[in-house]
Amino acid sequence: MKKMIDTDLLVIGGGAAGLCAAAEAAGAGARVTVIESDLHAGGQLVKQTHKFFGSKDEYAGTRGFKIADILLDEINSLGDKVEIRTNTTVTGYYPEEGFFTAMKGEEEYYRIKAKKTVVATGAQERLIPFPNNDLPGVYGAGAVQTLMNVYGVVPGKKVLMVGAGNIGLIVSYQLRQAGVEIAAVVEAMPKVGGYWVHAAKIRRLGIPILLRHTIVEAFGDKVIEGAVIQELDDKFSLIGEPRTIECDVICMAVGLTPTTELFWQADARMLYCPQLCGHVPYRDETMRTSHPDIWVAGDASGIEEASAAMVEGRIAGHSAAKALGLPVREESFKEYWTRLDHLRAGEVGEKIRGGICQVLVDGWEA
Amino acid sequence: MGCTCNSSDKEKLFCSGVLVDNRPGAVLPPQDAWEKKKGGYVIIECPQRIPCNPCATSCPTGAVVPFVDINDVPAIDYDKCTGCALCVAKCPGLACFVVDLTYGADEAVIKLPYELEPKPVKGARVKCLNRVGDEVSDGEVFAVTEPLKDHTTVVSVVIPKKLVGEIRAIKVVC
Ligand SMILES: Cc1cc2nc3c(=O)[nH]c(=O)nc-3n(C[C@H](O)[C@H](O)[C@H](O)COP(=O)(O)OP(=O)(O)OC[C@H]3O[C@@H](n4cnc5c(N)ncnc54)[C@H](O)[C@@H]3O)c2cc1C
Ligand code: SF4
Ligand code: SF4
Repeated sequence: MKKMIDTDLLVIGGGAAGLCAAAEAAGAGARVTVIESDLHAGGQLVKQTHKFFGSKDEYAGTRGFKIADILLDEINSLGDKVEIRTNTTVTGYYPEEGFFTAMKGEEEYYRIKAKKTVVATGAQERLIPFPNNDLPGVYGAGAVQTLMNVYGVVPGKKVLMVGAGNIGLIVSYQLRQAGVEIAAVVEAMPKVGGYWVHAAKIRRLGIPILLRHTIVEAFGDKVIEGAVIQELDDKFSLIGEPRTIECDVICMAVGLTPTTELFWQADARMLYCPQLCGHVPYRDETMRTSHPDIWVAGDASGIEEASAAMVEGRIAGHSAAKALGLPVREESFKEYWTRLDHLRAGEVGEKIRGGICQVLVDGWEA
Repeated sequence: MGCTCNSSDKEKLFCSGVLVDNRPGAVLPPQDAWEKKKGGYVIIECPQRIPCNPCATSCPTGAVVPFVDINDVPAIDYDKCTGCALCVAKCPGLACFVVDLTYGADEAVIKLPYELEPKPVKGARVKCLNRVGDEVSDGEVFAVTEPLKDHTTVVSVVIPKKLVGEIRAIKVVC
């Protein structure tokens, strides 16, 4: 490994949070390098063909992939301050030497030395175990979205969706838009976890949502031919008769968990926080972790929404630029926090607020 | 949202995304005024407090009362609603509709958001669906527009007046 890249600010992950961090810091004059594993920047946004929620400041009512374009335009308008390296994955952090290693494609390796780093690596999908879940035809919701919305391929003809959170509901709708039938959405909880309006929108197209139901097993000879589902009581024990659902795809939308390998390698202080959906780094109000040169933003700091991820990205970029000694607009910091507080104010934000207060510290010892 | 899920079957239905009774964020317009109102009034079905406000920020007249908190559920000032259907096109939850009761003696026009293929064409007969997707009547497409040029079409459909409280979607039959 010979090559070494130098940059003021390294942003790992080119999703909503990373792009906002890059734009904010570059706006203050920083030289920024964004590293993104995927072939193009945008992260989850690129897969979202539906219109976003949130407020106007976070482009509510605009389709997700359009928001990615808006952020990339902002970055382009800043001239050559920001370099985005796609198809490149940050594979490790070496605290003693203080550099990151990156791999472009599958053969080219290099090192990156950065004065400051924002880690915005997003989230990974969770899966639940059930017999035959290794048969072809069992997909994560993210994979289904990538197939459909990025490559224009439908995964099958008839889908059983597992999970009625926003992702399960939205992906069901998107499948339906692509002409795929949804046999049912099963949800273990007694009410949909996602927004009620997203549920209403697929219900009126005739898609059943079976609350207090779960998948028990999948079956099929070489590929998925169906699934067995069953009702749950309020202690989540199986009750009633198992039922067979014919389908050629089982789509799992049972949640996300933050991608945090790099924080562990950097020895950042971490906490397991169920409300934020996994282990996350402690952070101060500027999104700085216990590692003085590493910030966190977006789903990597706790599973929330693109709207919040973008504001967190702005905060991290702002703070990192300031730490680089660059002049920043002080008022922006307050404005960003006001926006975050608004986004988290409702009953849906209650869980997030409960999680954040566990991992937010007043400040780090100098 | 005040969800008491163990109680009745109605509440269970509500918890799975089906509106059962009027509640804050999901009310019908006042009947008397509604019957006389050319152009119709908005009907919004968004009973859960979520961080979202495009209905209010896109309404050109302030008929969707501006939110104090982004999590507010929409409230309508009917005096200001022109039935323009901009909110129908803008709402990411597809939760806004406009219903005009002045179309005929037994017929009304509903303007609803539509994002599926194929798009309906003017004059076509479509199936009208209720909140759980059952076909409850036929309807005739009166107009198809794309107010924001963003692939959400607003379809105006002539439907039986007695079903204005039920019909919330259409199915295009070729
Ligand atoms: C179906 C669905 C619907 C949604 N709807 C909404 C909505 O309506 N409103 C809303 O506000 N939010 C919505 N969201 C949530 C939103 O998409 C995410 O919260 C948001 O994208 C998080 O942004 P992020 O930048 O933290 O993560 P991501 O967008 O996941 O970006 C992280 C990026 O980091 C890259 N990466 C990870 N590890 C590495 C590494 N080691 N090296 C280099 N690159 C790496 C990944 O490839 C990825 O591109 C939805 C999500 C889904 C899945
Ligand atoms: S129909 Fe037009 S005037 Fe009425 S609430 Fe919607 S946007 Fe406002
Ligand atoms: S825009 Fe739609 S989903 Fe959002 S608050 Fe208004 S009615 Fe509800």
